Amino acid sequence: MGRTLAEKVWDDHVVRRAEGEPDLLFIDLHLLHEVTSPQAFDGLRKNGRPVRRLDLTIATEDHNTPTLDIDKPIADPVSRVQLETLRKNCAEFGVRLHQLGDVEQGVVHVVGPQLGLTQPGMTVVCGDSHTSTHGAFGGLAFGIGTSQVEHVLATQTLPMARPKTMAITVNGALPDGVTAKDLILAIIARIGTGGGQGYVLEYRGEAIEKLSMEARMTICNMSIEAGARAGMIAPDETTFAYLEGRPHAPKGEDWDAAVAYWKTLRSDDDAEFDAEVVIEAAELSPFVTWGTNPGQGAPLSAAVPDPASYEDASERLAAEKALEYMGLEAGQELRSINVDTVFVGSCTNGRIEDLRAVADIIKGRKVADGVRMLVVPGSARVGLQAVSEGLDVVFKEAGAEWRHAGCSMCLGMNPDQLAPGERSASTSNRNFEGRQGKGGRTHLVSPQVAAATAVLGHLASPADLADADARTPAGV
Amino acid sequence: MEAFTTHTGRAVPLRRSNVDTDQIIPAHWLKKVTRDGFEDGLFEAWRKDPEFVLNRPEREGATVLVAGPDFGTGSSREHAVWALQNYGFKAVISSRFADIFRGNSLKNGLLTVVLDQKIVDALWELTEADPTAGITVDLQAREVRAEGVTASFELDENSRWRLLNGLDDISITLQNEADIATYEAKRPSFKPRTLTA
Repeated sequence: MGRTLAEKVWDDHVVRRAEGEPDLLFIDLHLLHEVTSPQAFDGLRKNGRPVRRLDLTIATEDHNTPTLDIDKPIADPVSRVQLETLRKNCAEFGVRLHQLGDVEQGVVHVVGPQLGLTQPGMTVVCGDSHTSTHGAFGGLAFGIGTSQVEHVLATQTLPMARPKTMAITVNGALPDGVTAKDLILAIIARIGTGGGQGYVLEYRGEAIEKLSMEARMTICNMSIEAGARAGMIAPDETTFAYLEGRPHAPKGEDWDAAVAYWKTLRSDDDAEFDAEVVIEAAELSPFVTWGTNPGQGAPLSAAVPDPASYEDASERLAAEKALEYMGLEAGQELRSINVDTVFVGSCTNGRIEDLRAVADIIKGRKVADGVRMLVVPGSARVGLQAVSEGLDVVFKEAGAEWRHAGCSMCLGMNPDQLAPGERSASTSNRNFEGRQGKGGRTHLVSPQVAAATAVLGHLASPADLADADARTPAGV
Repeated sequence: MEAFTTHTGRAVPLRRSNVDTDQIIPAHWLKKVTRDGFEDGLFEAWRKDPEFVLNRPEREGATVLVAGPDFGTGSSREHAVWALQNYGFKAVISSRFADIFRGNSLKNGLLTVVLDQKIVDALWELTEADPTAGITVDLQAREVRAEGVTASFELDENSRWRLLNGLDDISITLQNEADIATYEAKRPSFKPRTLTA
C-alpha cells in the first residue's frame, strides 16, 4: 500500500522504533525564541548537558520585542530580562541568535523560510504552536512545549506517537477576492477547533497547488487552530522556485540531489488517509470570525449566529459566552461591526505579499476617523523589502502606523495591545479572550479585509470599498 | 519529574469548553524565566469575577480540575501546565484535550485523564452538589472513582510507565545515543545547517 506525504517524512526520520515505545524522531531544524526556551536552557545547565547539534539550531527574538524605538533600551523590565536571558543562553551554549536590530531578526516562522532553512521533507520544531507554518514546504513541523525544547537541545530527537493523517482537498479555483486566509478560516469553521486533533493535515487539490509559498504558509500556520499539530503541502515547482538561491538552500550538486528527493515527497495515489475532507473553492467568500475561538467564523456576508441554533449544548454555551464577551447580538450583520483597531502582521499574514495586498487596497485612501491601524512586518527583511517598494509610504500616507518587526499585537506581549473593550480586525491567528490585550475583542480577517475595514471603519471586503467609491464622487 | 501513582482530592468543576492556554495563563505571565510562581496567573481574567468557581471558598484546596471538552487548545506554552501545578492541581479531567497541552502535562507529572462527556457530566453534578466530594484518580488501576462513578481511562503504556516512575525523557533517550549517532552519520549532505563550518 502507498504512503501519505506525512508517513514518508516520518519514516525518513525514525532513529529508533521499538515495540511499546513511541518512535524516536530525528529533528532537522530547531528554532528558538525568548519565551519558551529559558527553562529548557536551565534544565541543560542543571544536568551538565550541552546542545547536541548547534548546527541545526537557530534563535531569534520576536514575542517581547517592541516595534517602536528599537534602538533604545527595552522599557518593560520583565521583557528586557527575558531577552537578555536568551542572549546569555545563546552566548553560553553557542547558539546562533538574531537579536533585535539584526537584519535577520523577526518572527521565528518568517525567519526560517526566508533564510531557506525550511525545506521539503524536513522535521522542524519550535516551542511555539505556529511552527505548523513550515509544513507549507512539505515537511513535518510542529509546536512543542518547553520540556521538549530541552529534549531536542540535548538529543536532537523527540519521542513521538505516530499521528493519524487527514487529507483536506480543496477542489477548483478560489474566486477572485478570496484568499488563503479566508480558506483556512472556513476550513477551521468546518472541522472545528478540535477537528484536527491527533492528525497531520495534508492540504491538496487544485486551489492549494495554485497558491504561492507565502499563501501556503498562511494555510499551514493555522492548522493548530483546527487542533492539528501539523499541516503540510506537497512540494512542487512553486516550492523549489521559492527556495532556489536562498542563503541556506542547497547549491550545485546538493541542489540537484535535494530536488530529486523532494520530488518523491507526495502522497502516493493509493495512500490511505485516516480521514478526508473535501472543500469546493468556488463556494468560498471572504471569511471573518465573530467569536472567541478561531472556529467561530462565518462569511463576511452573513450575520452573527444565534446561539440557540446550535444543537450541541457545549457549542451553544460557548457561543453565548462568546457573544457576551464580544459585545455582539445574534442576527447582527457582520458588516455592521465597527472596529477601533486594525492589525496587519504576525506569522500568519506578516509577509511581503500580505503587505503588498494591503498597500494595493489602501493606496490613495485614508484610514477611517477614529481607527488606529498598525502595520508590522513579520521580519526585519520583510520590512526592508516593503520600504524598497515604497509600501511604508503608502501606509503612512493613509494614516497607518508603520512599525518594526515582531509578533506585536498578535498576542500583546510587547506594548502593542488592545485596551479593554476595544475591537480589532486582525490578520493574526487567534481571537481568544484577551489575546490582544485584556478585555480586547478580536475579529480574525485576511489582509485584504483588514485593509478595507481600516478604510470603512467596519468589517468590509475590498468589494465593499469599490461599492463605496461608486457612491462617492472621485477626488474626495 | 514527580511520579504519579494515585491521587484523591476535591474538585473544581469548570463548565467551559475550548479553554485555551491563553485563558489558563495569559501571555504577559510568559515573560518569567522560571517554572514556578505562575499560580496567581492561572485563569487570571476569569478570577476577577468573585463568582468564578475557583474563587468560591468551598473550592479552596481542590486538586482535581474537571473541565469541558477541548481543554488546553492554542498556544504550546508549557506555562499553562506549570500554572495549574503551581496552583495545586494534580490532575485534569476532560472529554478531550488539545495535543500539545496533553503532551506537556504528561511530561510534568500533571495527569490529564480523558473520560466520556457523560462521566464528566456526572462528576460535574456530583461535585457541584457536594463540594466536599472527593475524586480519586488511580493511574495504577487506570481508573477514576467518585461517589456513584467508577470509570476506567486509557493511557498508553509507555506514558503510564514514565509517570508511575517519574522518569526523565532525556535520560531515557540518551540511553539510545548510539542510534542517534548512527542516524546522524547517514543524513544527506543537502540538509541545511544553521552554522557554516
